[in-house]
Amino acid sequence: MTYTQTQDSVTGGVPDEGDVLRVLEPDGARVPDATLEPWIADLSPHELRALHRDMVLTRRLDAEGVALQRQGQLALWAPCRGQEAVQVGTAHALAPGDFVFPSYREHGVLLGRGAQPADYVLAWRGEEHSAYDHRAINAAPPQIIIGAQSLHATGWAMGAQRDGSTDVAVAYYGDGATSQGDVNEAMVFASSFGAPVVFVCSNNQWAISEPVTVQAKYPIAGRAPGFGIPSLRIDGNDALACVAAMRWALDRARRGEGPSFIEAVTYRMGPHTTSDDPTRYRDAAEVEEWTQRDPIARLEAYLRAEGMLDDSGMAEVARAADALAAEVRTACIGATTRAPETMFDHVYAEPHAGLERQRAEYVAYLEGFEK
Amino acid sequence: MTALTLGSAINAALSKALESDDKVLLMGEDIGKLGGVFRVTDGLQQRFGAQRVIDTPLAEAGIVGTAVGLALRGYRPVVEIQFDGFVYPAFDQIVCQVAKLHYRSNGRIRMPLVIRIPWAGGVGAAEHHSESPEAYFVHTAGLRVVAASNPQDAYVMLRQAVASDDPVIFFEPKRLYHSKGEVDLDADLADAPPMHLARVAREGTDATIVTYGAQVRTALDAALAAEDDGLSLEVIDLRSLSPIDMNTVAASVRKTGRVVVTHEAAREAGVGAELVASITEQCFEYLEAPPQRVTGHDIPYPPSKLEKHHVPDLDRILFAVDRVLERGEGVLR
Repeated sequence: MTYTQTQDSVTGGVPDEGDVLRVLEPDGARVPDATLEPWIADLSPHELRALHRDMVLTRRLDAEGVALQRQGQLALWAPCRGQEAVQVGTAHALAPGDFVFPSYREHGVLLGRGAQPADYVLAWRGEEHSAYDHRAINAAPPQIIIGAQSLHATGWAMGAQRDGSTDVAVAYYGDGATSQGDVNEAMVFASSFGAPVVFVCSNNQWAISEPVTVQAKYPIAGRAPGFGIPSLRIDGNDALACVAAMRWALDRARRGEGPSFIEAVTYRMGPHTTSDDPTRYRDAAEVEEWTQRDPIARLEAYLRAEGMLDDSGMAEVARAADALAAEVRTACIGATTRAPETMFDHVYAEPHAGLERQRAEYVAYLEGFEK
Repeated sequence: MTALTLGSAINAALSKALESDDKVLLMGEDIGKLGGVFRVTDGLQQRFGAQRVIDTPLAEAGIVGTAVGLALRGYRPVVEIQFDGFVYPAFDQIVCQVAKLHYRSNGRIRMPLVIRIPWAGGVGAAEHHSESPEAYFVHTAGLRVVAASNPQDAYVMLRQAVASDDPVIFFEPKRLYHSKGEVDLDADLADAPPMHLARVAREGTDATIVTYGAQVRTALDAALAAEDDGLSLEVIDLRSLSPIDMNTVAASVRKTGRVVVTHEAAREAGVGAELVASITEQCFEYLEAPPQRVTGHDIPYPPSKLEKHHVPDLDRILFAVDRVLERGEGVLR
């Protein structure tokens, strides 16, 4: 079950996206895979439709985020189009008590954890650093510092282990993060302590303008076994493969077998953020090639072929997506900016004399205008 | 009261913290079987087990970053950074994560984390083993920064730091680890002065010396020497560098009208710069002379054979006292 492929030299670069585990071909044809199959054999039509629905919702939410940014309502947005399968698929496999440590791009994961409309946009609008209540959805604040959350997930997992619980921590990050020290230190700690943590690397091929070949001359999933952590390299555009791999990893963690690593090979269809211009560094042909591997179209084709989804089902999902987008838009445009003195709140849990003096000075300054 | 070294007082505080709250964990390199390179955690793993006193991989960002996750899960980790100069690999986790999570989460996430750092020079150590990085942390909102100068404070302040819901950078002056003092091991934390308050270590009327950590002892020695010269120097032990207890500092400066700030860290943009600026803002009309700073030089910590020229000693402090007393350039004697 571990990634075992070895490469003798680096001259060939990393294997392409064809060298992955999958159960759905890009055209939606179901193919057997001995490793993944046992983990998804029980998926009901209802669960499969829910997966599809959440992927469509994620894409619609993402499109709304981009639109709101273009309309000046958000300062920035980090699109996740193309990565819906890995985000939604892995999140669907989680239990309520599990805790996710997302990066800034994990909109589909937050959807899976039950985030509310305002939770997606207030941070990007500049109203809050993290709008959602981490306890309500068992998700840490979105991480901007690349890979830092991998250590937090590992520490949380060490805590869960000490508590004797079966809760699992999940760290989400991209291929660029695997170059960071924190991600490597997290694997050392997770492995040494047998922490129940799952590392989900969404290898979306690009870290802003840097292709994955700048981060890795060897398959990223191939690194984990070197830390003593088993890994799977899966097709990140195959939602079923994502569910299967995550269930495999979660099961290992719950059985006390420690950390696992998943490299989900996918593609970031849009820019890194709305400030980025990907036409400067990548070919239209590459984007077109990946368009043919679209994760939503693939699952749709499969579900339709199996008679689990029809036009009316599709229309219903589209309505739900529009409703979510409208709610997000309302939450965004209706947001009220906090009073200025609240920027001094919550720097410390307990009173801090120096900061209180500054707050008082600033409040007095502001009051000077009101007289 | 029990006579304890500063190192033993810290050990006693950690032991008490582990005993009274099962959410307290110790983490660090070599802190378990070895008892730490300074033996400060001696015997604690034996007593509390490897699940409570954790020997970690040699990775400072890993130690602090996993402690963040443990805190999120409800634990109260006390981590040891083996030496001051080794804290930099963990700097990102400390200033971007530990310091900011409470703020970023609108107060929902607490970071009751203590980061213990054996600190500063004067022990003839190798490169990277004698640094004074306190200004980096004082400059970072969200962190509390404290420095103990004697066994009693080390014992009480460390227990207060563990009890605090804020992250605390806890500096331990390593050249005082073996110095002894009376410690009240049964002291009730509720009766002890809070760790954010400064302490008047010695009362005086002619000038104020403000300092912290191991320099408190040097300043007290200077005050004793100045007494022979008929001078009465007040010595303030800051104890807390963030926040700084300006009430105590200002009260002293208003009384004496003259102030010398001394620390071992480099001068530029250091704690002394902050002190002098705040004193000037708050006590300008009481000042009889320009405040003086006696600090480490703006150089990397020098090779140990030269460190006596870097770490301010009694004579350099008295030289500055002369200047604030407008008694010329000479050393008092």
